[in-house]
Amino acid sequence: MNDFLTLYRDMLLIRRFEEKSAEMYALAKIAGFLHLYIGQEAVAVGCMHAIRPDDYAIAAYRDHGHCLAKGSDPKKVMAELFGKATGLCKGKGGSMHLIDVERNFMGGYAIVGGHLPLAVGLAFASRYRKEDRVVLCFFGDGAVPSGHTHEAFNLAALWNLPVIFVCENNRYGMGTPVEREMLLYKDIAERAKAHGIEAEQVNGMDVLAVKELVTRVVNRMREDPQPFFIEAATYRFMGHSMSDPAHGHYRTKEEVGEARKQDPLILLKTKILQEGLGTEADFKQLERDVIETVTECVKFADESPFPDPSSLHEDVSVE
Amino acid sequence: MLITYREALNQAMREEMQRDPRVFLIGEEVGYYQGAFKVSKGFVEEFGAERVLDTPITEAGFTGLAIGAAMAGLRPIVELMTFNFGILALDQIVNNAAKVRYMSGGQLSVPMVIRGPGSAAHQLAAQHSQSLEAWFCHVPGLKVVAPATPYDAKGLLKSAIRDDNPVIFMEAQLLYGTKGEVPDHDYTLPIGRAAVTRTGGDVTIVAYSKMALLALEAADALSKEGIEAEVIDLRTLKPLDTDMLLASVKKTGRVVIVEEGWKFCGLGAQIAETIYSEGFDFLDGPIGRVAGEEVPMPYTRPLEDLAIPDLARVMSAVKHLL
Repeated sequence: MNDFLTLYRDMLLIRRFEEKSAEMYALAKIAGFLHLYIGQEAVAVGCMHAIRPDDYAIAAYRDHGHCLAKGSDPKKVMAELFGKATGLCKGKGGSMHLIDVERNFMGGYAIVGGHLPLAVGLAFASRYRKEDRVVLCFFGDGAVPSGHTHEAFNLAALWNLPVIFVCENNRYGMGTPVEREMLLYKDIAERAKAHGIEAEQVNGMDVLAVKELVTRVVNRMREDPQPFFIEAATYRFMGHSMSDPAHGHYRTKEEVGEARKQDPLILLKTKILQEGLGTEADFKQLERDVIETVTECVKFADESPFPDPSSLHEDVSVE
Repeated sequence: MLITYREALNQAMREEMQRDPRVFLIGEEVGYYQGAFKVSKGFVEEFGAERVLDTPITEAGFTGLAIGAAMAGLRPIVELMTFNFGILALDQIVNNAAKVRYMSGGQLSVPMVIRGPGSAAHQLAAQHSQSLEAWFCHVPGLKVVAPATPYDAKGLLKSAIRDDNPVIFMEAQLLYGTKGEVPDHDYTLPIGRAAVTRTGGDVTIVAYSKMALLALEAADALSKEGIEAEVIDLRTLKPLDTDMLLASVKKTGRVVIVEEGWKFCGLGAQIAETIYSEGFDFLDGPIGRVAGEEVPMPYTRPLEDLAIPDLARVMSAVKHLL
């Protein structure tokens, strides 16, 4: 399979996985808060295709896409959403706290802005050990005005730490549009530049553009560590969480419909077909494979046991 | 060797940094200024600026950075200039340091120490005089240590640095200059063990940090009046050494708990609850508490003195029980 089809497959896995998650939520197999990544797949997939397995990634609470794109076993991810003992975090983390240390996916964090200092710390550790590992730190536009964010920017810039801040600007912090979050919303990258961090904007619906930019940034960062900020313009097609509809109170059906024309999967598929990089048959096969994987995930999660009551007090501290 | 509490901390960190290259010190003024309270004197010269990091005044940022570094396997020591400023880092400590091990199902650990002075010094007023240990003790995933002597400070800080969990290590500004005997050889003290610092059969006085010294002073004064108090210095606040507490209560039947923090929901309330629920039958009467007054700390000396437990109040609380 060529790189283009691989990128498509990875995005498709997230898309179908998320659709299945929504279905399982409706069936009450998944509970709590569930934030779907549908519409934003190109950002996580493009970024992860530009780094090495030993590089770190860390994200906020809308983290399924990043975790899957970093290579986590989708069965374990689904089992975690189901709260099962076989989940990535033994059912203790849930949707918002997927963590897979083996794959250097350092977690999903649900205090907005709170994980940016952690990302800077991971980058600090890399430099302290004289390694060339880099950190990808994902967050939304809603995290940009937070104090933690600016403290993290300042430290990363001051100490030349190898962290890429990836701001996924999906235009809404929950239900509040970005223009009501900050006065200078048109060029969020300016925030990072104000701290002395180089920054670029990218079309977050174009997985190839994302991958190209991150590859360029990472190659330089390994030689010459210093932070970089990327504003990826994207859009979430679903509600903020399962508690709100895709459109209604804070955005119109027309707006969502317009954004869906930029669906990252459709954009890539069109390009692949136009340029003869793949055929309709390839896409049909990918669709079948991914559906099979997601079906297996649900079966695995469903058949797995809930954690034993004795595990309640385990993992609080290192004994 | 007779050294100060400050020197004991300095020795503990120096020895551990010499022993383990993963240990580094980060905080405001820890490097070229030699530490706001001179605890890290000589460190930047010995270990270099890569391991002794002066930070901007951004507690959330640098504490979070240290947590991230610990998640990646380093062993940071965060110096908070005072724990009052630690409130700014509370989200990082509570939501990240204390929880990532559990949230990750045991995949991650956060081997780090967050240390610095807490409690009142002299006339530092409301925002610089707080005893916030109960806040940290409330959170699963954190250990909390508050030594009173140079010997304990050194042995416990070395253990805290070697511990694989986040340890909140609370010092006291007024203790930095106090002196005590510390052995020349390398030693550690176990986290989670209290110490009986004076034996007696009439009453048990439970205290920690600065108040453990006040408790000893009160016990000596009470002895002159024919009352023999046993003094327990908790040393570690979480996990609490319940066994040692109960053994003493079993012997004396009476307890006074002394703490500098605010009384309502203070640590003494938890200690009393532990004794009531696990040692009720040993008690000959209600447990007495001497705690900080329920006010923001006033600046002026006469009022400040009223807000902090003193010798007279501890003695009075003991006599009230007998």
